[in-house]
Amino acid sequence: MIAFLLKRIWQALIVMFVISILSFAIQDNLGDPLREMVGQSVSEAERQALRDELGLNDPFVAQYLRFAKNALQGDLGTSYFFKEPALDVILKKMPATIELVIFASIIIILFSVPLGVYSAIKPKSLGTKFIMGFSIVGISVPVFLTAIGLIYLFSIELGWMPSFGRGDTVVILGFWDSGLVTLDGLHHIILPGITLASIMLPLFIRLIRSEMMEVLQSEYVKFARARGLNLNRIYFLHALKNTMLPVITVGGVQIGTMVAYTILTETVFQWPGMGFLFLEAVNRVDTPLIVAYLIIVGAIFVVTNTVVDLIYGLVNPTVNLFKQAK
Amino acid sequence: MKKTLTLITGALALMFSLAANSEVVVNLAYDADPVSLDPHEQLSGGTLQLAHMSFDPLVRWTQEFGFEPRLASKWEQVDELTMRFTLREGVKFHTGNTMSAEDVVWTFDRLKVSPDFKGIFEVFEKMVAVNSNTVDLVSKKPFPLALNNATYIFPMDSKFYTGTDENGNDKAAVVKHGNSFASRNLSGTGPFVVASREQGVKVVFDRFKDYWDTESPGNVDQIVLTPIKEDPTRVAALISGDVDYIAPVPPTDLDRLRKAKNVDLVTMDGTRIITFQLNQNRVEAFKDARVRQAFAYAINNEGIAKKVMRGFAVPGAQFSPAGYLGHNEELTPRYDLKKAKKLMKEAGYEDGFSITMMAPNNRYVNDDKIAEAVASMLAKINVTVDLKTMPKAQYWPKFDERAADMMMIGWHSDTEDTNNFFEFLAACPNPETGAGQYNSGNYCNPEVDKMIAMANQETDPDKRAEIMKEMEKIVYDEAGFIPLHWQNLAFAAKKGVEIAPVVNTMNFPYLGDLVVK
Repeated sequence: MIAFLLKRIWQALIVMFVISILSFAIQDNLGDPLREMVGQSVSEAERQALRDELGLNDPFVAQYLRFAKNALQGDLGTSYFFKEPALDVILKKMPATIELVIFASIIIILFSVPLGVYSAIKPKSLGTKFIMGFSIVGISVPVFLTAIGLIYLFSIELGWMPSFGRGDTVVILGFWDSGLVTLDGLHHIILPGITLASIMLPLFIRLIRSEMMEVLQSEYVKFARARGLNLNRIYFLHALKNTMLPVITVGGVQIGTMVAYTILTETVFQWPGMGFLFLEAVNRVDTPLIVAYLIIVGAIFVVTNTVVDLIYGLVNPTVNLFKQAK
Repeated sequence: MKKTLTLITGALALMFSLAANSEVVVNLAYDADPVSLDPHEQLSGGTLQLAHMSFDPLVRWTQEFGFEPRLASKWEQVDELTMRFTLREGVKFHTGNTMSAEDVVWTFDRLKVSPDFKGIFEVFEKMVAVNSNTVDLVSKKPFPLALNNATYIFPMDSKFYTGTDENGNDKAAVVKHGNSFASRNLSGTGPFVVASREQGVKVVFDRFKDYWDTESPGNVDQIVLTPIKEDPTRVAALISGDVDYIAPVPPTDLDRLRKAKNVDLVTMDGTRIITFQLNQNRVEAFKDARVRQAFAYAINNEGIAKKVMRGFAVPGAQFSPAGYLGHNEELTPRYDLKKAKKLMKEAGYEDGFSITMMAPNNRYVNDDKIAEAVASMLAKINVTVDLKTMPKAQYWPKFDERAADMMMIGWHSDTEDTNNFFEFLAACPNPETGAGQYNSGNYCNPEVDKMIAMANQETDPDKRAEIMKEMEKIVYDEAGFIPLHWQNLAFAAKKGVEIAPVVNTMNFPYLGDLVVK
């Protein structure tokens, strides 16, 4: 177990190193941060002086080494726009994004399991056809459009939902700025939550359906049926349990992807989270913030993947992590 | 669970207590929030919008490009170098300090060291306090635009900004990057005090109780500024009633807002000119004035204003918009394909040639579509265009490199005066002096340069206007650049929020005077 973890941490460090080099290397192509910092009529000489001050005229290797040295001490640079350490800025925005992802995940779990199981058990019913048709549409409509459609319907036409933002938030546990504990906050999270869920929900319905159908064809289900066991018991106890294994794996990886998808959802809803922050940083050529974001999201991917591997080992004893590690 | 319930009840109680107050609160959504609370950190629209909310200038622009006294109650030209301002008495800063000539001079000196603003104040020698409520603004040479530039002097509370902050840094420092005292703290004389600020999320402004302008009709007690980046979301927020006032309004939604029941739309002609420049150093043919003229005749900028901009732009044939001193009314758009073809033939380019073109795709309204339209119009005079559009972040470095034969540039004059366009866009490029910094076409006419210098010193407005009109005419005749249009501005607000009297074409509304019925 420990050997496995150590190996994982080692891999994570390599991944982080590669990410840091890559994100550093692309920054020259992102544009000129000075342009975003000064007015248009400011003279070239003035801009060059600022460039020197920021160390942007140093050779790439020198800039990278300076960054790496600070990064190892937990300093990922200072955001040009926020004028605060990039890490602090991102951590401040993280609760908003994580709450959005959690809310969307809950929607996905609540809907995908029953709908997936239903359409597997009754593959020919009208309900299944409807669910499948709907999920095709769901997969093909871009998030952007879903979001604007929802805003148009629920905010403008019906006036039930707020169109943007997080609403009232309250600091809980001393550091977590939460919108899930106020009515206003909950009201605000519904549309973005549905939007974000709409990307993954069809995928999970289809995944659960096909896994379930496969399991239903297996010997032990047939055998259980032949023995005359209660059908619900077969479906929900025996079959579903085995269906969920691959779903958990995919789900873990997809949580990382969801964090990435928040970029679009957050932008449309002006959701003050990390994704929106990142897109803004790209627009403003706020390179320290961009690099810090890439590193942190990279870390989230690595951590979720590791955790999923561990869970997988717990759920399915035939996967032997410890043997691999040796 | 118990804790959660307490929180919910607490939040509800808070909501009710807010609703119980009969304060006038305006929720305002711009596309971005101010970069910093320091009015000298960045010369940008966002900074000026903030400055007009929390500070007051010495004088300010009226909607008709006149000057209105603010912190200077009157002014007079004492000699050809000196403009004397008499300051309003008893004006309080947000901290309670009283404004004096000392604060104004202090602010001026700070402007002189701000990287963004020093350019505007380069022409001035110094500012001196004559007595506690009089200051003299002294220019190096006779200078006609002292008042224009005085619209940029927003006196700051010098006592508040003097000393060192908790990190031991000078409170007065203008820092372009990193955390300075002035970028986080503010004390001005303006109608609104910054009550709280979460950058990129919202800024809350409360009415300043001791605001000097007791005659202002403004009755707004609180303004909550939320940046909403996405155009459709900003419009949706207004229509659904989540916010009361939005700017800018995207051209695609103008009709929708015009038809919306509870919304007032205010549009006005803008002053930002959108142009193309023809790089003579890259393309030999562009050295020939006939070829440049042919381009000007071939491009139907009225059509672009009508179709691409949906009427949300005023097509032009010069830099200076109507209303500016120096605007030449004789110069009008000149689309004429036949003439264009004839000129190409005369110049020996009947069969045309190929050029590269670059334009941003998120800087000006519909910029990439405009470029596409221009490219297809040029095909009619057999000019093949290889067009590249890119986000502004990538575009500006390309522009600095002069990376294409034909490049788009939009310009708004910081001084609201014609000469500024010429200094930056049409003067012979000179890296030493910074003249023609944005003249990617390298158009150069020593005659025009001479006139630019003259207009900078001529203090008689009529004579100045004549000089500048003549400059417009020369550049028009020689087709020094390709003018397209001035972008219009649009603001929209819930009915009852009377924005029409407070908005202006400079795009910094005087929200202190905003009335909500």
